[in-house]
Amino acid sequence: MKTIFEQSVPGREGCWPCEGMAEEAYIPKELLRDGNIGLPSASELDVVRHFTRLSQKNYGVDSNFYPLGSCTMKYNPKFMEVAANLPGFTRLHPVLPQLKGAGGFCQGALEVVYESERLLCELTGMHAFTMHPMAGAHGELTGVMLMAAYHRDKGNKKTKVIVPDSAHGTNPASAHAAGFDIVSIESRDGIVDPEALRKVLDDEVAGVMMTCPNTLGLFEKHLPEIVKMLREVDALLYYDGANMNAIMGKMRVGDVGFDIVHLNLHKTLGTPHGGGGPGSGAVGVSERVEPFLPVSRVEKLEDGQFFLSYDHPKSIGYVAPFYGNFAVYLKAYAYMLRLGGTGLRRASEHAVLAANYMRKRLEDHFEVPYNRICMHEFVMSAVKQAENGVRALDVAKALLDMGYHAPTIYFPLIVKECLMIEPTETENKATLDKFVDDLIAIAELAETDPEAVQAAPVNLPVSRLDETHAARAMELTDDL
Amino acid sequence: MPFVPHTPDEVREMLATIGVNSIDDLFAEITEDMQPRSFDLPEGLSEMEVLSRLEAMAAKNVTDRVSFLGAGFYDHYIPAAVDALTMRGEFYTAYTPYQPEASQGTLQAIFEYQTAMTRLLGMECANASVYDGGTALYEALMMAVRKTRKRKAVVSEALNPIYRVMLESYTTNLHIELVTVPHKNGRTDVEGLKAAIDDETAALIVQNPNFFGSINDFTELFAAAHEKKAVTIMSAYPVMQTVLKTPGEMGADIATAEGQSLGLPLSFGGPYLGVMTCTKKMVRQMPGRIVGRTQDTEGRTGYVLTLQAREQHIRRQKATSNICSNQSLCALRALVHVCALGEMGVKRAARLSIERAHMCADRLTAIDGVSLLTEGPFGNEFAVTLPVNAYEAVARLAERGYIAGFPLSRYYTDLENGLLVACTEKTTEEQIGIFAEMLKGALR
Repeated sequence: MKTIFEQSVPGREGCWPCEGMAEEAYIPKELLRDGNIGLPSASELDVVRHFTRLSQKNYGVDSNFYPLGSCTMKYNPKFMEVAANLPGFTRLHPVLPQLKGAGGFCQGALEVVYESERLLCELTGMHAFTMHPMAGAHGELTGVMLMAAYHRDKGNKKTKVIVPDSAHGTNPASAHAAGFDIVSIESRDGIVDPEALRKVLDDEVAGVMMTCPNTLGLFEKHLPEIVKMLREVDALLYYDGANMNAIMGKMRVGDVGFDIVHLNLHKTLGTPHGGGGPGSGAVGVSERVEPFLPVSRVEKLEDGQFFLSYDHPKSIGYVAPFYGNFAVYLKAYAYMLRLGGTGLRRASEHAVLAANYMRKRLEDHFEVPYNRICMHEFVMSAVKQAENGVRALDVAKALLDMGYHAPTIYFPLIVKECLMIEPTETENKATLDKFVDDLIAIAELAETDPEAVQAAPVNLPVSRLDETHAARAMELTDDL
Repeated sequence: MPFVPHTPDEVREMLATIGVNSIDDLFAEITEDMQPRSFDLPEGLSEMEVLSRLEAMAAKNVTDRVSFLGAGFYDHYIPAAVDALTMRGEFYTAYTPYQPEASQGTLQAIFEYQTAMTRLLGMECANASVYDGGTALYEALMMAVRKTRKRKAVVSEALNPIYRVMLESYTTNLHIELVTVPHKNGRTDVEGLKAAIDDETAALIVQNPNFFGSINDFTELFAAAHEKKAVTIMSAYPVMQTVLKTPGEMGADIATAEGQSLGLPLSFGGPYLGVMTCTKKMVRQMPGRIVGRTQDTEGRTGYVLTLQAREQHIRRQKATSNICSNQSLCALRALVHVCALGEMGVKRAARLSIERAHMCADRLTAIDGVSLLTEGPFGNEFAVTLPVNAYEAVARLAERGYIAGFPLSRYYTDLENGLLVACTEKTTEEQIGIFAEMLKGALR
């Protein structure tokens, strides 16, 4: 399909913002750019058809089942969009509350921030929350910066962060971006082994980053013991909230002893992912980490008025220009109001139910390396199919042909030919059953006609793409 | 119960298949000592109740004032096509394009976005976007540090102070020295910056137009920085870039921008869009997602995420950054925005904004005691010195329905009478006239 640039016809007019075309006489000629920009000249209809057609080449939750492990692609209710698009919110300039007297102009927005933080505290058992971080990985970076600030304030000399081998790649990358060296530890029986942790735990360890349930979909049952060990060397326990959708109302990370937690609001609290973002990576902290939270913070006066406070001398400063991705967490706030505590707990229960149901139905057809009760996702392996030359990648592509987005593949790295499946609570049983039936059909085809599976996808706008060529040719823009 | 479709019968069937008696059995590993001490969230509400509650909160915000606030974030007109197209569920509810065959829509859109941004800024390569203009600048600094293996950055004080405080936060633990060169009456001090660059300098960071709205040509400054082997970084305002000499033309190695003004509502601070572009020789240092064009097994054109060896899911702690996604939907909005307006439409918006700002500056400086603070050429934003404290003036006008601008003393303590005023194509001549009259009255 042609790009919008290739469809451009010089002189064709688009949708102008308003009439008039001022002269450029206000600015000296030597400060102006030469020639055309190279943006498309297209009619509004050209543009509407182009992007409508592009959208039709995409899989989204609205159109396809998306069992993408660790990504929690559940349904995003539509009323949240109405809420986020209320002009009373979209038209608010972010520096408005910094003006004298104008703080009164955005009381509703400040209330959203304040109330969102309060609800997240209750959901997680944390002492305080910040809405500043603009994505999950950004929340991680903020969290590790908080860890660094905590130790700096106490005069601790800490250089290392411990990360399990099953962790998301963002964990080590975030800890490194905050200035730490990374120590990796191996799991045992799929979860963090307290003995392995003890071996590398010393006074130089600033903290440990954990995901629970972890990326194998397993519950980390040694948490209380791990918390105790960390307290002995004044190291902090960090919670990667990517898998929080499994435990709402079942476990609160603050109660267990985590000091810092980030939540991927776009996963747990059902806000759309938008093809890669925007997300929101709110961060919660225990009482001892609170003084280091980013500024500004929203506080409430006795008369019920909200205001921004900047007087936090130990704060790590600004991680975002304002108060984070407001329109994103506004949706998460609406979602929490809609479901309430009971609904959120029930969401987790049904996410876990669906995952275990699928695991059980698939266990005879695919290798399931940790075949026990899992949380909201589980990992299986295509090692049996690989004997016939059908790899996890091939299974994934065959699923695309059948109208599903594929599961996460080749992650976590510690499982061979890994397929990580996360059904979420919002898919009905018929969808789950059909998906399982289709996966079984692929497993059967892998035995009878492996080449057919290797050829997939054949029903999509493109077949398998040459990634090596893309990296070598580096064609990253449309040439004029 | 909302959004959970399983009926009691289905739940029983599923539990039987699993071989457990109840849902609680699935959570048996969460022992008593790990159970919640409280879970005191409110009871759920109906959709109608939630919406009416949020409507009431939205109504507490005052959005009917005529506003001259900018400070890097602008209220430009957004064509209706932007909402209509980007709200399509196939875009809106998709994930990061890990399976390219099922994500050609997202991938081609990112490729087109990369193309649009490189053309707008006159650069060679772009990534799929990062969080906002401030984090883009921080990532650009880290690119320079990796490339040069030096740890000092020379920063203009006329760079948006919001970005400067963000740079400070992010570099605290990284042993990177930020050397700030003061502005000169709102102008970027080119000579001062030149003098501050030495052999230890990894990066030179400037902004155009700068925080005060003032416009520069940094060609000579960038050449001087290159002589010292420093990486040149420019933060740009993309709407103004449709008429101004580009970072590329001036010799920038990296150009970043806050993309909010390209089709994103102000929305109280986010989500926004961090635009990152660079020269070809810097591209392997660039963080985040990048889309490349390639072919499928049948020779058909297609798009994939490329140069992934730089990224966290492969390189873990050795990755160029921890970023694992982009502001995809915001990038899509920016792309649709510039396409819907078209080449002439975006230029028109920029030129009208500049014209209105100059009209406004003329009207304001005609008032006794008000003078231009920003020296030299400016675009759609400028600073004035008032005869009174700017916070006071803003507060007085706010009561009468006008938000006069941004008091500079928030960040520049010696400019307590300084007021930063922005116009866009949405600002009408009539509004400018009333604003000037009102300010005149308020200063009496």
